[in-house]
Amino acid sequence: MFQVIGKSVISLEVNEEKRDVTIEPSDTLLHTLREQLGLTGAKPGCENGDCGACTVLVDGWPIKSCLMLTAEAVGHRITTVEGLKNAPIQAAFVENWGFQCGYCTSGFLMVCHALSQIHPDAEEIVMEEWLQANICRCTSYEEIRNAVNVILHCSDSP
Amino acid sequence: MNSVGTNIQRQEAWDKVTGRAKYTDDDQITGTLHAKILTSPHAHAEIRSVDIRAASKVPGVKAILTGKDCAILCGDVIEDRPPLAAGKVRYFGEPVALVVAVSEREAMEAANRIAVKYKPLPVVASPSEAILGDAPLVHENLKKYKKAVQDVYPEPDTNIADRIKIRKGDMAKGWQESDVTVEASFQLPKSDHIAMETRAARAEIHPDGQVIITASSQAPFSVKKLLSKSFQLEEGKVTVKTPLVGGGFGGKVPVILEALAYLASKAVDGQAVRIANTREEDMVSAPGRLGLEAKIKLGATKDGYLKAAEMTYLVDTGAYTDIGPRLAKAIAVDCTGPYRIENVWCDAVCVYTNHPYATSFRGFGHTSYTFCVERALDQLAAALGTDPLELRMKNAIIPGDTTPTQVKVTSSSTGNLTACFERLGALIGWKEGARIDLGNGIVRAKGVSGFWKTSNSPTDAISGVLLTFNSDGSINLNSGVVECGPGMKTTLAQILAEKMKMDVSRIHVKLEVDTQVCPEHWKTVASLTTFMAGRAPLKAAEDLIEQVKSIAAVALKCPTEDLEVAEEKVFLKQDPTTYLEFKDLVHGYQYPGGESVGGQIMGRGSHIMSQLTTLDHETGRGKSGPAWAVGAQAVEVEFDTKDFSYRLVRAATVMDAGKVLNPKTSRGLITGGMSMGLGLGSREAFVYDGSGRVENTSLRTYKVLHIGEEPQYLVDFMETPQVDAPYGARGIAEDGIIGIPAALANALSTAARTELNQLPVTPESIWNAKTGGKL
Ligand code: FES
Ligand code: FES
Repeated sequence: MFQVIGKSVISLEVNEEKRDVTIEPSDTLLHTLREQLGLTGAKPGCENGDCGACTVLVDGWPIKSCLMLTAEAVGHRITTVEGLKNAPIQAAFVENWGFQCGYCTSGFLMVCHALSQIHPDAEEIVMEEWLQANICRCTSYEEIRNAVNVILHCSDSP
Repeated sequence: MNSVGTNIQRQEAWDKVTGRAKYTDDDQITGTLHAKILTSPHAHAEIRSVDIRAASKVPGVKAILTGKDCAILCGDVIEDRPPLAAGKVRYFGEPVALVVAVSEREAMEAANRIAVKYKPLPVVASPSEAILGDAPLVHENLKKYKKAVQDVYPEPDTNIADRIKIRKGDMAKGWQESDVTVEASFQLPKSDHIAMETRAARAEIHPDGQVIITASSQAPFSVKKLLSKSFQLEEGKVTVKTPLVGGGFGGKVPVILEALAYLASKAVDGQAVRIANTREEDMVSAPGRLGLEAKIKLGATKDGYLKAAEMTYLVDTGAYTDIGPRLAKAIAVDCTGPYRIENVWCDAVCVYTNHPYATSFRGFGHTSYTFCVERALDQLAAALGTDPLELRMKNAIIPGDTTPTQVKVTSSSTGNLTACFERLGALIGWKEGARIDLGNGIVRAKGVSGFWKTSNSPTDAISGVLLTFNSDGSINLNSGVVECGPGMKTTLAQILAEKMKMDVSRIHVKLEVDTQVCPEHWKTVASLTTFMAGRAPLKAAEDLIEQVKSIAAVALKCPTEDLEVAEEKVFLKQDPTTYLEFKDLVHGYQYPGGESVGGQIMGRGSHIMSQLTTLDHETGRGKSGPAWAVGAQAVEVEFDTKDFSYRLVRAATVMDAGKVLNPKTSRGLITGGMSMGLGLGSREAFVYDGSGRVENTSLRTYKVLHIGEEPQYLVDFMETPQVDAPYGARGIAEDGIIGIPAALANALSTAARTELNQLPVTPESIWNAKTGGKL
């Protein structure tokens, strides 16, 4: 078992790089990413697990980084929006006007990207279930729906 | 080379999909101190004592401020709000103390150790209670408060902060001509903006007195002026910077955290201090959306022509006015909705309560009164036995009619509402019937609403643009408009590109606002940006073109009137093959021998609102905004008559946009507004306990619309140009929301066969309306 007592230096794997950070046991992954690594793509929208703006991938699965302790992330593969390298969902969001203010966007991108990796043929209902973890206050979701549909079911499009 | 009317992607699009876009609190600057507020646990209470001894001992604490340390009052209209409560608290969530510490954790810990003793006072829990003679006073000193503007009329020793009166026509005649009258009362709760980025600010004071503020604000120029006024600072020494803003919807107009950040920095010798709201603080400590209670009486002839309207609107501004009196004014100005009514009596009263205070919110009061008027119209249609859509079309405002404040409208100023209604009817399939029984207790029902909206800016609001060239001939556009989501800066680039007849990708927009270098733009609000800020680049372009031509005329040895500008070239009209490129002119022209003439070409353009007046205090006569956006909306629901639950099926908007500058962006703004309107209509409201404390202060308990709950959206535009607007385009950023709660409630009232006159409409509220709450 891994233990963090008091202020400690630990090592994380973020966007395919090994990064050393100093943490308190109570630090959330969101704070560590933003304050120590300057990865501010993940946003604090509520820090209560309700909005999804802080979503990152942990071993490929979307996780709300405001609800995960940094200590829990040791030994796992973390991907933030900054680590998406020309993922199809990024262009799909741009081309479909999938955002306005952009504050929710990183979180949505991470959920959509993970969905396309884990369930590339997700039905509408599965897609909705995944994306319901996130809130966008600017768009009507119509644009986000269009964007994610571009990257799902790519195989059955002619 | 057309830019206007095409889908130009926003300038910062790729920053936003790569995590590179920076918002106020994304700059993690080492050494910055952290501030945290302590908020009031009571809605109304006397502060007996504040003990900061234990808090001061928390390691890392640098300073603690309470109301005693900043005895000033702020306000855009009436100066009634202390930055930190002094003497008493007036709402749940009001900032009482401010802690500055090395880390946020220490600041929070210290804030929790401040011991405040309160003596609870009776709570003013609604605007109708607030106006009763024996109501407790929220502000005992109302008559002593300074007014920040001339035209506001607080009523001393009451809870009334302002009253706007509309007296148009002859009410006795109106009622006499009416064969049918309806009367109804309405209640709309307060709610919140829920911009995904919570408010944040940072302040630093340099030894020479320079104050540098970075803020998530829709009004950086107001921040500058207000700080300078409140703290007696030389205006030129205050610089406000605003990077990208993560949603505003009106909530980031007031100056709140900026003042606290300034006070915090001052308390620690000018060191940089940041402050950012938690979601909970952002929802109740910071101001939200107005509440409203209203009584409406409408009269019409038996063939359905409106003759008289009598309306009382009580605007719940909460504990402080902020912009509340202007919300009441906006409601009064357009109180009837977009309909022709010759006899109108309206009182819009801005009332203090012990609720969290209100500020501007998308639609600026229009969504609220529209709900009341449009519900009343459906009740009138039922009383007349006429079709609700037909009733609206019959009375829709047309050129030559006058508004409640007696402005004669033109097709330029109000577009073509009748055409909007017609198109809406076709889109939503109105002819198939407003209520269709699908069997099994399920019915499908539709409701409609009209809307209009004008702006309520100061009569002298200004906006400017500065243009400079790069040596390759491309242009830098600098304006004080904030980019908070609607893509306004991209719109300005489009307007400029169209005028310059050049590729929009060759226009580089400065996204961040810095009040020291950007020309002022009043506030990024009121859907006025297209109009105000949009006229400025047109003028700046003319300025550029004139300069480019005059230097080209020298170089080409021809009169300037023979020259034309397009595609970054100046050419002879009679022979376009004789031309000079911008890049060879705009930083001076060099003759083959090396001698140079001209210089750096820079363009200036500015706009000031014109022809606007304040309202006459007795009759309301006057002109509040340059034009109206108009439109028609519908919502279709599937309603279960067994358990009163419902599903949103379709929602439609047809709006007269004047000219659609960017089709995809415009659609997104409209559907985004509709989505928010459906949230207001179906779920959003603050819930209070018996003592006026807000109970749902998180996004777990205060629900907004999530994906999968939204209906199918139908949007269409009419294009009747507003002749004084850039390319005829009306402002549209707010309007998608306005008629949606009304259309939803109309659909559900039809579905449930009961009058639903309160928001939000939930299965429970329908059950209550149908059964009176009896099982
Ligand atoms: S910030 Fe993590 S869910 Fe909202
Ligand atoms: S784009 Fe603003 S919250 Fe989604």
